[in-house]
Amino acid sequence: MIAHAIVFYIFSLIAIVSAIMVTVSKNTVNSVFFLILDFISISCLFIMIGAEFLGMIMLIVYVGAVAVLFLFVVMMLNVAQQKNEWFNSSGRSSHIPVGLLVSIIIFFELIIVVGGWKYKPDLLDSIAIEINTDLTNTQSLGSVIYTDYIHLFQLSGMVLLVAMIGAIVLTFRQRSGVKRQSYFKQISRDRKDGIELVDVENNKGVKIDA
Amino acid sequence: MAELVIFFEQIYRILFLLIPVLVSVAMIVWLDRRVWAFVQKRRGPNVVGPFGLFQTLADALKYIFKEIIIPASSNKVIFILAPIVTMTLALIAWAVIPFSETFVLADINVGILYLFAVSSLGVYGIIMGGWASNSKYPFLGAIRSAAQMVSYEVSIGVIIINVLLCVGSLNLSDIVLAQKDLWFVIPLFPMFIIFFISALAETNRPPFDLPEAEAELVAGYQTEYSGMMYAMFWLGEYANILLMCAIGSILFLGGWLSPIDLFPLNVIPAPIWLILKILFLFILFALIKAIVPRYRYDQLMKLGWKIFLPFSLIYVVLTASFLMYFDLLPGN
Repeated sequence: MIAHAIVFYIFSLIAIVSAIMVTVSKNTVNSVFFLILDFISISCLFIMIGAEFLGMIMLIVYVGAVAVLFLFVVMMLNVAQQKNEWFNSSGRSSHIPVGLLVSIIIFFELIIVVGGWKYKPDLLDSIAIEINTDLTNTQSLGSVIYTDYIHLFQLSGMVLLVAMIGAIVLTFRQRSGVKRQSYFKQISRDRKDGIELVDVENNKGVKIDA
Repeated sequence: MAELVIFFEQIYRILFLLIPVLVSVAMIVWLDRRVWAFVQKRRGPNVVGPFGLFQTLADALKYIFKEIIIPASSNKVIFILAPIVTMTLALIAWAVIPFSETFVLADINVGILYLFAVSSLGVYGIIMGGWASNSKYPFLGAIRSAAQMVSYEVSIGVIIINVLLCVGSLNLSDIVLAQKDLWFVIPLFPMFIIFFISALAETNRPPFDLPEAEAELVAGYQTEYSGMMYAMFWLGEYANILLMCAIGSILFLGGWLSPIDLFPLNVIPAPIWLILKILFLFILFALIKAIVPRYRYDQLMKLGWKIFLPFSLIYVVLTASFLMYFDLLPGN
């Protein structure tokens, strides 16, 4: 049990320190790497409390896909420079109230969560479905998501779909003059379309474009 | 005291797994070059040791004694971290590979998700190396590689779902045991082909080795690396290839099971079967490296997103409806 506690504190310490480093570090790419470290240590914490499915999904989705895209954006757009300009610009005071508002809201939410923790034993009584400890995580999640909560699950799927379509619409632009390869066109060409035998008159040449 | 004994026992078991993996990575590099040479009617490495078996060790020794050059304008911490990340991720995945019913380091019940997660982290070694080099070719190589790996992971994930539908468990040992009567390569043959091609792309093997396409990008993300750090990238890459072969043989070729449960075949120890299957897949990898010309980048992306992904998604629906209709769903 002591070893368990030590490992827990190591992971949570790494998680908190790297979360602080995300906001503090000057280099944006380093921020993203600290964010990845944060995700990884949080998924380790998930695994420690026995939620191995959530932990692995966290690794696959957030670290394996989302953070890669973050890195892409940060590396390509040179956000570090913009960030510095943003901090040094004269208009920065206008951003502070918004930031403060968001952080106050998050602070109160955290208070509510921690307050709820105090009533944790009562909280467990109020849940709708009985906890079956024989099943593995994955099985119990699957048996609940696809039966009792199917509508919520599908709804969240729709929300994701809308977000995806929105992102595609926002970034999609038709460019002209792009050469595309069409396999059917290539395959269906035969000798007649490709080659033409022409008798060339002396000193006249051939007009190539038809 | 008892805890200490368990601790050292675990370390012994880890070493007992890790050292054979590292040695077999060295051997597999030799095999790769031999197969490649065989196809092209050359001899390949045949000087150091019997049949040139120690060629890789000689190469490794050379790399160890070479100077490590760190570019002046690079981000040094990330530059040094990148090969370490690649190597570590390639090795930790082996923890869950079951070599027989009892011979597995960590028999966790989300084994296949763990493998998928670790292989999706593999892209970081390459991105970090490419970006930290602070040079154009490595960066381009890293971006290509990241896009490629993320794309092909999607179809590998869907293929894994196909297999899981037939198994009903995420545990790797369960996946192997579910193939006792019928290897999944037979009912899911198209998925096996797509998995194999995606594995080629995921490990940056030819014909999808665009991240290090030497004609365009010098050596891709490895351009600025030298000495031991280059060797670590290289070992990590081959360890990843071996791992992909192992995943393929566990998902489709019945892992440690013998082809038929008959007398002369089932006395051969289980790990030998797995190793033979891994070798079979690896020789296919090596042959394809020798035979197939490199893909163009837009063709690669088109193949991943427009052909493999829809096809494997449709196959998920097919598999699920087939299992449902004939009441073959596991766990009922």
